[in-house]
Amino acid sequence: MNDQETKAGVATRSAVEELEHPRDTPPNQSLIGVPEPSPQAPTEAADTDIASMERRGFLRRGAAVAGMALTGGLGGLSVAQASSKLAIPESMKRLGDPISETSYGKPISFEDHVVRRRSDVVVNRQNWSDWSMTPLQNQVGTITPNGLFFERHHAGIARIDPAEHRLAIHGLVERPLVFTMDELMRFPSVSRFHFMECSGNGLTDWDEAGSKTVQQSHGLLSSCQWTGIPFSVLLNEAGVKPEGKWVVLEGGDASGHLRSIPMEKIMDDAIVAYGQNGEMLRAEQGYPIRAFLPGWEGNTCVKWLRRIEVVDDAQHIRGETARYTDPMPGGKWRQFSMEMECKSVITYPSGGMRLNGAGYYQIRGFAWSGNGKITHVDVTFDGGVTWHEAKVEGPVLDKNLTRFTLDWKWDGRPVTMASRAVDDTGYVQPTTQQLAEQREIVGFVQHHNGVFPWIINEHGEVRNGIA
Amino acid sequence: MVSLKARLILVFVGMALALMAVFQIHAGSEDERYGFGTEVSDGDLALWDITIHTPSGKGLPEGEGTVSVGKRVFENQCMACHGAEAAGGEEYMFDTMVGGIGSMDENPRVLTPGSMYPYAPILFDYVRRAMPMTSPQSLTADEVYAVSAYIYYLNGLIDEDFKMNAETMPEIEMPNRDAFFVDDRPDVSAERCMENCEPIGSIARQ
Repeated sequence: MNDQETKAGVATRSAVEELEHPRDTPPNQSLIGVPEPSPQAPTEAADTDIASMERRGFLRRGAAVAGMALTGGLGGLSVAQASSKLAIPESMKRLGDPISETSYGKPISFEDHVVRRRSDVVVNRQNWSDWSMTPLQNQVGTITPNGLFFERHHAGIARIDPAEHRLAIHGLVERPLVFTMDELMRFPSVSRFHFMECSGNGLTDWDEAGSKTVQQSHGLLSSCQWTGIPFSVLLNEAGVKPEGKWVVLEGGDASGHLRSIPMEKIMDDAIVAYGQNGEMLRAEQGYPIRAFLPGWEGNTCVKWLRRIEVVDDAQHIRGETARYTDPMPGGKWRQFSMEMECKSVITYPSGGMRLNGAGYYQIRGFAWSGNGKITHVDVTFDGGVTWHEAKVEGPVLDKNLTRFTLDWKWDGRPVTMASRAVDDTGYVQPTTQQLAEQREIVGFVQHHNGVFPWIINEHGEVRNGIA
Repeated sequence: MVSLKARLILVFVGMALALMAVFQIHAGSEDERYGFGTEVSDGDLALWDITIHTPSGKGLPEGEGTVSVGKRVFENQCMACHGAEAAGGEEYMFDTMVGGIGSMDENPRVLTPGSMYPYAPILFDYVRRAMPMTSPQSLTADEVYAVSAYIYYLNGLIDEDFKMNAETMPEIEMPNRDAFFVDDRPDVSAERCMENCEPIGSIARQ
């Protein structure tokens, strides 16, 4: 255990628990702790910030007791608890569970609350064309476990026997082909880490505080390592004719979900994925194969992929006109808005949590861009007047979730905080107001990448800051 | 103890194998094909190839349907979820599929096949592949043409005696035909202000 782990463990617990005795730290010491290069190795640089010095002392104490599970005293639980005599843990006095002959490991039961949830902000009257959201408040790294990856289906979850599955490539090609899964698995493959986000992520929170938690407001977002075959390899196998400018991707589900994709994107970095975080796709992610288009809205990553047709023009089907289009001023609609633009959100602390009194907190969150890599993340604690550069944690990968952190000392007074990301195209995550000046916010509006505020009140309660 | 001759033979064989491997890999990349998969004909794909280029109607199948037949199809296959005369509502699974024409400058915009679709064949494509929700791809082409005629008739876009088929469907004048434009983002250029910035504000309804 190191300092960071000690802090992390404490902070998580103390934030989600209702605390009876908030730590009585005198207010007005310091609002914002100075970000440190490395919490494990405090520098000796001159620092007269009382809060910062206090924190560093406290980090050293943390190091001294590392391994003793004395986390309570560090995180703001009462001093009496920290100094009371520690009993031998029950887990050390009896034999643990034996190793099963076979098993698929599941999280310990104490984590049973960490689950995908259907939206209860927009309640659909049926659950086949519906969605469930990733618990980002519980996601502590950049990889979303497969069982927590968000879902969006148009006609339920197809369950397909891979022995029966076929993928056809036809249309404007030299050799129309059909593949079995065994044949597909023989092709050269690649593995890449990328986020996926639904174009509708955030649609409940444009002009009202619809969501209570970051799961509801941003949980149509997940991130995985994807393994599969470059589309370019498969299309080359069939031989694209010069007039082939688009491809139609069609799924083998009950909606026959399809999208028209420009050839340029398909040949650039799109893959036919069969692997997700080291195992075969989950049924709800398109088993046995799905399209994966890095950085593009989730619905273009057609699941249960069964057909690739090379065509000369977009088909302008329902999902390219009546759905997945953006209302614009003058009664207009923007279509084929595929890239998920640069965005970020603070996940800790976030809506529904309660800070355990004033003192040190590490602000944590995710930033991502469908157009490239994250270069900066800034955090405000005063509603956007002043911004502080957060630490962007590596590896910073193209079109992937990037974790950011910022050391912070809460003085116990109300705060409006938010994060703002910048990507390597120079694009700065805009405010919702800036987006609304260009777009028409009416109905189910897609592509909400606005700066998202949380408000912390004097009791430490965190809530949606869209007021 | 291996003789010098035997070792030389081994080295030679090894080099030959390595050369063959290099040659084969090189041959593969020159050809850039792996030879996996089975060639298929259009006939093999007849049941699979259901793509319709909706602006032109290319891909629409043979068949025909009328409003009156479509009303019967709708009442048997669709009404349980979409309500009588496709009016939908709270007691049904879905909202209306009728009306909304002229609402694109209003809040809310009422999105129906009549108000929203820029090309009439979109409805054929969607109904054929996805409806009825519990048994998609069960309707005949005639039935899909017919129920499409009924929906567009309810939206006031065609007359009661309209015969819907591959020739007539793309000709229907759709009110939202010219409302779409292709992605022109980034449409916002924000500054990375660090101090004395404009507060992030909100567009919340007061």
